[in-house]
Amino acid sequence: MKIAERVNKVPPSGIRRFFEIAEELDNVISLGVGEPDFPPPWDARKAASVSLERGYTSYTTNRGKKEVREAISKYVKKWDLSYSFEDEILITTGVSEGVDLAIRALVEKNDKVAIVSPSYVSYLPVTIFAGGDPLLVSTNQENKFKISYKLLEESGASDADILILSYPNNPTGAIMEKKDLKEVADFAKENDIFIVSDEVYSELTYGKRHFSIASLKGMKKRSIVLNGFSKAYAMTGMRLGYALGPKEIISAMNRIHQYTMLSAPTTAQNAACQALESRDEVQRMKKEFDKRRRFTLSRLDKVGIDCFKAEGAFYLFPKCPRNNDETFAEDLLKEEKVALVPGRVFGDEGKGHLRLSYATDMDDLKKAMERLERFVN
Amino acid sequence: MKQKVAELLAEDARYSLSDIASMTGEDEEEIEKIIEELEEENILLGYGAVVDWSQLGKVRAYVEIDVELDRDTNYGDIAERIKRFEEVYSLRLVSGSYDFGVELMADSMEEISRFISQKIAPMEEVKKTVTHFVMDTFKDTGMEFEESKDERLSISP
Repeated sequence: MKIAERVNKVPPSGIRRFFEIAEELDNVISLGVGEPDFPPPWDARKAASVSLERGYTSYTTNRGKKEVREAISKYVKKWDLSYSFEDEILITTGVSEGVDLAIRALVEKNDKVAIVSPSYVSYLPVTIFAGGDPLLVSTNQENKFKISYKLLEESGASDADILILSYPNNPTGAIMEKKDLKEVADFAKENDIFIVSDEVYSELTYGKRHFSIASLKGMKKRSIVLNGFSKAYAMTGMRLGYALGPKEIISAMNRIHQYTMLSAPTTAQNAACQALESRDEVQRMKKEFDKRRRFTLSRLDKVGIDCFKAEGAFYLFPKCPRNNDETFAEDLLKEEKVALVPGRVFGDEGKGHLRLSYATDMDDLKKAMERLERFVN
Repeated sequence: MKQKVAELLAEDARYSLSDIASMTGEDEEEIEKIIEELEEENILLGYGAVVDWSQLGKVRAYVEIDVELDRDTNYGDIAERIKRFEEVYSLRLVSGSYDFGVELMADSMEEISRFISQKIAPMEEVKKTVTHFVMDTFKDTGMEFEESKDERLSISP
């Protein structure tokens, strides 16, 4: 049996090994979780359970239920985005499918795909699976993990066909403001680069409002915006996302989607409209995250761990107090039973950092910080 | 800010000044001043722990008390007498089909029965009492007694 080369080229996720160690140990406090510790909004859960009770579990149209697309079209206006529910929105099985569809629909063999590093683990493998050629744009703590015109130029991104943006960023928690994105938009226009923007953490910014690159003049036609219900509405396992973009590209993505996925999960779609209306619960969750973010930043500072002041998502990305982030995380896990994710999992630029998720309750967060302090000292 | 500080202390009275300062974005001196004000204004009444008393062998009961007022006695007068008993854990005047809701704690059911029959029921204004012994507690003062299971994967991307 021969495994395809493009699959063999991609190593298994570096998170797997840590997961296995953590699962073996008792009483581990995990700051390694990439999903909220809240349930979905009550009305969304109720809508899902009522739809199941009534047996509404059949396929939906490929593009997703009309009322969900209509609700999304209305909702994204808050980011100054305007997309028609008829042909500019596709409901996907989580943002993960959206990334895959966008890249497969846009990337020709050996096309260059610029990827911000460090960033979420799937962009690079998806690019390779699609036959694309990844080009890394390395950010670091000194430039606040943001990209700029200059950085794109220096990274050789003028040769890129696609740029995958992901702000607010996992794992760094960095955000990009309007002025930052204007530079990226200028670069994209000058070099004819298409943008795939993963904005799944858009609801989770602290003190500053999220801004979408697609809302800048002239950018709608050269951008696909990906978003979903996993982070803002704590619906990770329900697998629901959406893609917004020019109708030709949405149609191309839908062509792949109709043959490989058919339609996004129906029960999740039945809960989606109620989720979008649950503003109060989202605000409560965001307020709690912000409290934990401030608390953790202050504790890291006291322990003497250098950490970038993240303003988005629910991650901090402190510098590792020792040379090797991987052995540090492994020793911390075995000795103090605190799980962090070594930064290198998110790309070479993540080496020497640790990803700390504060999507865990205050009690555990306090204990974890005490254990971390003991370990470091 | 006063409300924020009170909320944080209600969540965990062991938060340090610097914890509260970091979580609210205020400086420590300002937080100290706010806490002093909250104490002076009797908004912050104390810093007790939430205890699962059943594990220490204590028995708790809720008692509904119906009273009859006369020209010289109001609810406050009656509450003043009831709250002084050390068995009384909480005392509230409530709307609805009875007047006072009292939470009692003692070493045994007998002790609680004795307390009600000897101290509460004989009070002239008390018309009727209904006692509910607590069988199990699932949540108290905002704290869940058994942590909800976290079904998330311990590490995920």
